[in-house]
Amino acid sequence: MIPGNGIGSPGVRKSGKRRPRAGQGGPQVFSFELLLDAVVIGVLLGCFYAAVSLGLSVSFGLLDVPHVAHPAFLVLASYAVFFLNDRFGIDPLLAGLLITPLLFVFGLAAYRLYYETFEKRGSDAGVRGIAFFFGIAFIIEVLIILQFGVDQRSVTASYIGKAWRIGDMRIPFRLVVAFVVAFALTILLALYLSRTFMGRAIRAVAQDQEALRLMGANPVRIKQWAFGIATAVLGIAGALLIIVAPVDPTLDRAYIGRTFCVVVMAGLGSMTGTLIAAIILGVAESIVLTLFGASWAPAISFAMLLGVLAVRPQGLFGRRS
Amino acid sequence: MNRNGILFWIGAILFLVAALMMTQVIGNQYPFFACYVILQFIVLAVAWSILGGYAGYVNFGTSAFFGVGVYTAVFLFKAFGAPLAVQIAAAAAVGAFLGFALGLLTLRMQGIFFSIATIALTIIIETSVTNWRFVGGAAGIQMQRPPVMAPFNSYVQMLFFVQALLVVLAVAIARYIQGSWIGRGLQALKDDELAAECTGVPTLRLKVLACVISGALMCAAGAPAAMYLQYADPSSAFNLNYSVSVLAMSLIGGTSHWAGPVVGAIVLGMTQQLLTVTISSEVNVLVLGVMLVLFVVVAPEGIIGLIRRAGRNRRGREA
Repeated sequence: MIPGNGIGSPGVRKSGKRRPRAGQGGPQVFSFELLLDAVVIGVLLGCFYAAVSLGLSVSFGLLDVPHVAHPAFLVLASYAVFFLNDRFGIDPLLAGLLITPLLFVFGLAAYRLYYETFEKRGSDAGVRGIAFFFGIAFIIEVLIILQFGVDQRSVTASYIGKAWRIGDMRIPFRLVVAFVVAFALTILLALYLSRTFMGRAIRAVAQDQEALRLMGANPVRIKQWAFGIATAVLGIAGALLIIVAPVDPTLDRAYIGRTFCVVVMAGLGSMTGTLIAAIILGVAESIVLTLFGASWAPAISFAMLLGVLAVRPQGLFGRRS
Repeated sequence: MNRNGILFWIGAILFLVAALMMTQVIGNQYPFFACYVILQFIVLAVAWSILGGYAGYVNFGTSAFFGVGVYTAVFLFKAFGAPLAVQIAAAAAVGAFLGFALGLLTLRMQGIFFSIATIALTIIIETSVTNWRFVGGAAGIQMQRPPVMAPFNSYVQMLFFVQALLVVLAVAIARYIQGSWIGRGLQALKDDELAAECTGVPTLRLKVLACVISGALMCAAGAPAAMYLQYADPSSAFNLNYSVSVLAMSLIGGTSHWAGPVVGAIVLGMTQQLLTVTISSEVNVLVLGVMLVLFVVVAPEGIIGLIRRAGRNRRGREA
């Protein structure tokens, strides 16, 4: 069996990244500055979480595909970025952009396979569809391990490793980069879905597939296109993932919690909701990390997810009531 | 008891006698180590199918139940030096309680939401155990096996036999459920929960019952694992690999009949043992994943479905 430290590690790493000031290791005493620090970092982190959840927000939120393999696709994209950066010295963000078309085609193919085997046949698609994506996620995980090993991997770029100092506060530059890019990506996707013809078609297909069929459009092709977009976004998201922190093959397990938490909290398919939900998650994680230490970090997103599911399954900004 | 029932119990007793004979005749320890794992997966897969197969609720939380079983045993052993039987019974009780809690979750969640919630449960419990110093925290805990009891020569042989007993118990329960009103009710709510509710099937009670039974069996199966490995740590006790293995075994075997998960667990369990010994544990997980995806796409009814279809074809040709 694979050493199953995938879920424990990201929290630990995040604490390393947040580097507590000298003499303040472990759980810290509560103070206003610490809280402010945690909130600022949390907002930055939250925007990054929005970027990695966008694809799922489209594929699961709008298309109702039980895409448990989304985080595995994300980690796969990160490894592609790592490969391009490590081998050819390409800037990680540029590398993310380069693999975007590839991912788009990959997404088209993946949806076609899913549609032909499950959606088309109808009955019992739920159980088997979930098992299908779960299996895919594990296959990707193992393939990455076989190719790159179980060690953590990171990229090099001029903006990684530096930090901004504002008074007593220390903001890692890589988080700022992730924040800016993630924010832009979210806005772009939101604009695409609300302003362009194809984007509106995607939202229409989410609302009423039959009506679209009556209008003479082919809902399957629109959904395939949407799934392609959802996967293509992972190029940049994967680049951000590996910029923010080193990745390892089992990192996807922790991101199942984060991405589904964000998408469910956002209310399935709302882009602005995704951004807000992700910031809530980021701030919550950051505060808990500061107050209780890194060992509790992995549970936060899952606990929030469970809470939202139990109390308000339609999400905080739900499209369905 | 009808003829099938008598045959089943004769088979079960023969199986137990064979297992007991094995412990008396074979001196080499390796077969017991290997077979223990397969038996453990049979219990887990059969237990999973009670909820996942009959009721159609995909539980990714097998590792949560398994890990809770492991740590119930660890806690009882460390705190009171409880014997194995008490560890297993207590684990089953805790599992039943956890299953009850999970069952209440299904009140509002269906499909993917339920599945994701079970993953969430796994991680939350794992994190809590990681932060629980008494049972070793993240570093894990060493277990000293007590002296072995009479007819057995070694502790592993005893664990092997205990797990064989659990297999018989689990299969008997699954078989009973399948043939009783519980199984028919679960089948009905799997096909259409609303319609089942409307025609008077007590869907909520049935779902909770399925969760409780399934959870108790999974935890019981996990309890001896601490003594088997002589070591427990949260990241391996709660490893999601248990969830995917059990899911794969059940779906590959076929979930419409209790024999499905048994067949699936034996086939996949043996393949895994062979692969782990001969190649590597990564390839082993890869094969598992590929087989899961293949079966889900090509043979959705699993091995049992394939056998049934073959039988039907032959009968069709003869007629």
